[in-house]
Amino acid sequence: MTAYIIRRVIQAAVVIIILSLIVFFIMRLLPGDPLVIFMGRSAGQGGITPEILEALRVQYGLDKPLMVQYFNWMGGIFQGDLGESITYHIGVGKLLLERFPVTLDLGLRAFILSNILGVLLGLFAALRRGKWIDSGATVFSYFGVSIPVFWLGLLLIYAFGLKLGWLPISGYTPPWDNFWMNFKQSIMPVVCLSVMGLAVTARQMRSSVLEIKQQDYIRTAWSKGLSERVIVTRHMLKNSLIPVITLMGIGLGIMIGGQVLVETVFAIPGAGRLLVNSVFAQDYQVVQSGTLIIAVVVVLMNLIVDISYGWFDPRIRFG
Amino acid sequence: MVEKQTSGIDFSEAPVPVSEWQRFRRVFFERKLVMFGLIVLLLLVIAAIFAPLLTPYNPIKGDLADSLQPPSSKHLLGTDIQGRDILSRLIFGSRTALAVGFLTVAIAGICGVTLGLIAGYFGGVVNMVIMRTMDALMGFPMLLLALVIAALLGSGLQNVIIALGVATLPGYARVMHGLTLSVRENDYILAQRAMGASNIRVMFKHILPNALPPMIVLITLQLGALILAEAALSFLGIGIKPPTPAWGGMVADGYRYLSSRPWLSFAPGVVIMLVVFAFNLVGDGLRDALDPRLRGLL
Repeated sequence: MTAYIIRRVIQAAVVIIILSLIVFFIMRLLPGDPLVIFMGRSAGQGGITPEILEALRVQYGLDKPLMVQYFNWMGGIFQGDLGESITYHIGVGKLLLERFPVTLDLGLRAFILSNILGVLLGLFAALRRGKWIDSGATVFSYFGVSIPVFWLGLLLIYAFGLKLGWLPISGYTPPWDNFWMNFKQSIMPVVCLSVMGLAVTARQMRSSVLEIKQQDYIRTAWSKGLSERVIVTRHMLKNSLIPVITLMGIGLGIMIGGQVLVETVFAIPGAGRLLVNSVFAQDYQVVQSGTLIIAVVVVLMNLIVDISYGWFDPRIRFG
Repeated sequence: MVEKQTSGIDFSEAPVPVSEWQRFRRVFFERKLVMFGLIVLLLLVIAAIFAPLLTPYNPIKGDLADSLQPPSSKHLLGTDIQGRDILSRLIFGSRTALAVGFLTVAIAGICGVTLGLIAGYFGGVVNMVIMRTMDALMGFPMLLLALVIAALLGSGLQNVIIALGVATLPGYARVMHGLTLSVRENDYILAQRAMGASNIRVMFKHILPNALPPMIVLITLQLGALILAEAALSFLGIGIKPPTPAWGGMVADGYRYLSSRPWLSFAPGVVIMLVVFAFNLVGDGLRDALDPRLRGLL
């Protein structure tokens, strides 16, 4: 097990280093000078001379060779310094710390909701194969992966916000400020974020239970006269969850992509919306550090999934 | 060993030997949902090819006097703020969607398959460098990577294709890599090499053809995902440039009039969903018909 964990951790570390190189060079090799854009925006507030521009370039370290910039950036990250946002004039670390909790709050709720419901839906669909719940689950999972997240958000806003007036159509309130408001505002975004994950999980769970159902040890359990409840909870659930767990890491990536859209549709001040806005403003530091952090989180989640997978299923470790 | 079941078909009841084609036909064409998907895709292709003949109005230039009309016999789905016929724009939008889908699949597929083949065939350091880079690319959520690339390159068809291509390339590389590893050890490959076949010949003539069934399935499923991603980029305003009709952009355009004219956003969304739905149905149908063992892998 230790050797397996060490191998996985080294792999993840290599992947993270390559990730940082990709992020850095994508940002640098593409056209557009952040300082010129910055100057354009503040030009109305009084002239910016080439000298000031040059001073700014030095201040943000944009005058140094690319490799030096890369190592400065990486060195800074290890010291907790993610650079300074050119549009917001505050540290990127501080900015992300402000926005990430919002994204995390909605993301976690959606993650838990979609996985619990997805597992249950897939399980019941497989146990009652060919019955209405199975057909319902199948159709739902097709729709779940086909519906555009932003459009679903729009439909919900139209129905529950504009026509029925039951739910607020935008914004975010921290739960400690107003718990009830936070709950009402987060219902529609969380539903949007959950749908695709729910569909994918339900589908995987269904086919994995269908396969387990036919194993010899399940037949043995039936012939011993065990009740359905015991067979399902003791024998089926654990084994059929293994492939579902691997999907969770991938599901997380899909969900982060979805958050960019959901936060835009519902005007939620989270990290996803920050990234979109920074991309438009060509705020290099925010996009660079934000993208890297999200990617690292995804890699780490996949690492945890891989390790737990090896823990649950020894066949993987020695494969 | 108990027969593995796939949805709707029970192989234990299969009649005595059937040909490959017969089996394919039975599994693929006799499923109602798959047929539904095929019909939708057929309509989509017809719409894209014959767009100018099918549309009574210009999709780019509207009549401002006809601005924001509700659905009527003259404009079946109404008009947008610039007086452009929504139905005509939807029909022309199929060209955009299919162009993005097919061109991206072609570019990402060719590059990804080649990289996966090289990595799997040569192994060692080459494998390490290529596959770890692919892992790194996969670390980015697809939409996020495409967003960053598209935003930096600027909007437009070409840049959307590049962005989505880079974001989806690792998927092909991974499948091809796994496949190459399993095929490489076969005796007939060894025989080819013993007869003096070059690496290139072995790779492209003897290993690559094995990839056809899984690639057809992967590509079909990818087309749906790509159309969805292009719609998302266009919705955010960094996809297809405005006057060109794109379904995602049309949803965004209609957003402002959601309370008074909801059909402006509803119609393009329904089309996106139907098309993606159809690609997924057909992709799954192909997978079960070509090779049920791919279930769970793709």
